[in-house]
Amino acid sequence: MFKILEKETLAPHINRFVIEAPLIAKNHKPGQFVVIRIYEKGERIPLTIAEVDRTEGTITLIVQEVGKTTYMLGDLKAGDVIADVIGPLGRPAEIEKVGTVVTIGGGVGTAIVYPETKAFKEVGNRVISIIGFRNKELVILEDEMRATSDELIVTTDDGSYGKKGFVSDRLQELIEKGEKIDLVVAIGPAIMMKVVSDMTKKYNIKTIVSLNAIMLDATGMCGACRVEVGGETKFACVDGPEFDAHKVDFDLLMKRLVMYREEEKIALENYLRESGEK
Amino acid sequence: MREKIPRQGMPKQKPEDRIHNFNEVALGFSPELAQKEAERCLQCPKPFCVDGCPVNIDIPAFIKLIKEGKFIEAARKIKEDNVLPAICGRVCPQEEQCEEKCVIGIKGEPVAIGRLERFAADYEAENAEMEIPEIAESKNKKIAIVGSGPAGLTVAADLKRMGYDVTIFEALHKAGGVLIYGIPEFRLPKAIVKREVSFLEKMGVEVKTDMVIGKSLSIKELFGMGYSAVFLGLGAGLPRFMKIEGENLLGIYSANEFLTRTNLLKAYKFPEYDTPIKVGERVGVIGGGNVAMDSVRSALRHGAKEAHIIYRRSRKELPAREEEIENAEEEGVIFDFLVNPVRFIGDDKGWVRAIELIKMELGEPDASGRRRPIPIPGSEFNFNVDTVVIAIGAGANPLLLNATPEIKRNKWGYIDADLDTGKTSMKGVFAGGDIVTGEATVIEAMGFGRRAAKAIDEYLNTNKW
Repeated sequence: MFKILEKETLAPHINRFVIEAPLIAKNHKPGQFVVIRIYEKGERIPLTIAEVDRTEGTITLIVQEVGKTTYMLGDLKAGDVIADVIGPLGRPAEIEKVGTVVTIGGGVGTAIVYPETKAFKEVGNRVISIIGFRNKELVILEDEMRATSDELIVTTDDGSYGKKGFVSDRLQELIEKGEKIDLVVAIGPAIMMKVVSDMTKKYNIKTIVSLNAIMLDATGMCGACRVEVGGETKFACVDGPEFDAHKVDFDLLMKRLVMYREEEKIALENYLRESGEK
Repeated sequence: MREKIPRQGMPKQKPEDRIHNFNEVALGFSPELAQKEAERCLQCPKPFCVDGCPVNIDIPAFIKLIKEGKFIEAARKIKEDNVLPAICGRVCPQEEQCEEKCVIGIKGEPVAIGRLERFAADYEAENAEMEIPEIAESKNKKIAIVGSGPAGLTVAADLKRMGYDVTIFEALHKAGGVLIYGIPEFRLPKAIVKREVSFLEKMGVEVKTDMVIGKSLSIKELFGMGYSAVFLGLGAGLPRFMKIEGENLLGIYSANEFLTRTNLLKAYKFPEYDTPIKVGERVGVIGGGNVAMDSVRSALRHGAKEAHIIYRRSRKELPAREEEIENAEEEGVIFDFLVNPVRFIGDDKGWVRAIELIKMELGEPDASGRRRPIPIPGSEFNFNVDTVVIAIGAGANPLLLNATPEIKRNKWGYIDADLDTGKTSMKGVFAGGDIVTGEATVIEAMGFGRRAAKAIDEYLNTNKW
């Protein structure tokens, strides 16, 4: 059992949880994730760790409510417990001094790119961050990102905050402005990562993405998270989650991500109905 | 003449009923049946059956107790050598072990040793308080066991009895390893695994789930925490794929994933349980071992209209236990022999729709002694499917070993450990079960665990490596 020490709603349907997990906090490196299972009948889902506090022995997860499990998590409060939190899993991000790094967060992906932004900054890179959201209401971690970036660009799909458009539009502007970019790290919805990857490929800018594949054990035992990278089958859980974007088959990833769409809909509807009745 | 009593059959759920549920197929002996079967044992003064058992259970002794109606005593007699009798009674390949050596099996059918073992264990569990075996005085030495499958559980029990403080670290959220995630409910009810694990806990073994050694904690950290020895019973936890075109299409599962969703996460109870599984009308399971049989029979229970075994050799070469093949046949599984997948064909949404198969013929025997399958050129054809399960074996999961380069591996990726002691190339670290031998049986892993436990005790007494 893992205790939730703090819970805060950052934006509609986006919550931040501070969870007591000293061992995970101790061995965590940026880019790694945990698998959680909330209760006895629950499914196992991977969630990337946004932050750890080694002295307090806690990890922070920032989670958007999209399916039954994340809605159920969103209904938990400080003091409640999660049955299982397993990690830290996956290979850590490769944090090196390369020059200028552009880190891109799409929606709740910002929570994942945030610790990496901090890490890239700490090793001496110039860091430009681009974070994009559907609208103003959904903007998260703006202050935190600003504090760890040399430059922060905020963009919204509808223009209700920052500049109107997508993160890829802002990246295009940076490139056109003549900014010399050595590395792009893009984390967010698969389609966003694909668009960014297609763009940087044209300009030959090395790009890293974090793949949010469906996982079960997340220790390389089942192969649910198969992705194709450079024409080879890889397991996102142990070979990743981070890969060279230009080698990733995003179309396959996007197809595999919706494999259980019907079941996810049934589970969520049942949950919302039952929790509404309570 | 007691030899005249025929081998007693085990009552089973009817095939037409059981394909609609995940409940156990074999229902077990009644006390009457068990005593009748026990009558058949000749009580050989030199019992060959004991030699056939990887953990050398005193088989004639426990059968004699059953004959005398002392069922609880019979179970306790077995437990002197085997901590998991209810499990072994169900999943051991007795036909290749104890029963193969049974003297009356030479002319007729051997004594049903496995069924009697299961009967005694179940009888004790239902009718008696769990008896904690005698545990030696504490040696004040801590031992870490990584993995809670058959090997790990055996090492834990043996070392606990010797007086060590034992902690099991399990990566998944439930203890039992392959007994929990792999073997289906209809062959091994999970309540039994739970019962055996809680038996160890009552003995004082500590079980820590959600601990991925190599990630959550390293082996070095375990030594730093005061553990004097580490046993690795990691299992064969790496799914093998075929490396052919279309393998990542939707609807294609590794057997590990298919069975983990089904057994560990109870996808057959979706939406009561949250984990889904996709099983279409026509399912093709590739492979011919016990895992393939477990997968294909699970597919039927998930509601498949047609479940096929796709195997590249013929029935004779099927590596699965005969009993499991017969169960599958009774349930209506269709066996397609002498065919091998060439590629998988999908639709525009990425779902698998067909397997291109090529016909095979059998040539000369290969290294395994079985006749080698050879493709017949130009014989390719499409076989329509909605769901595919790839059950062609599992390899060594490299997660912990990549994090621990001190532990030498062989060319197949398994741990290069001494087969008698389990000693690895890293001082204080032992290994046993499938992670050393490659895929084998539950009881072989337990036999290895027994040897490793002795070697660990010796190492801690002498400090000799």
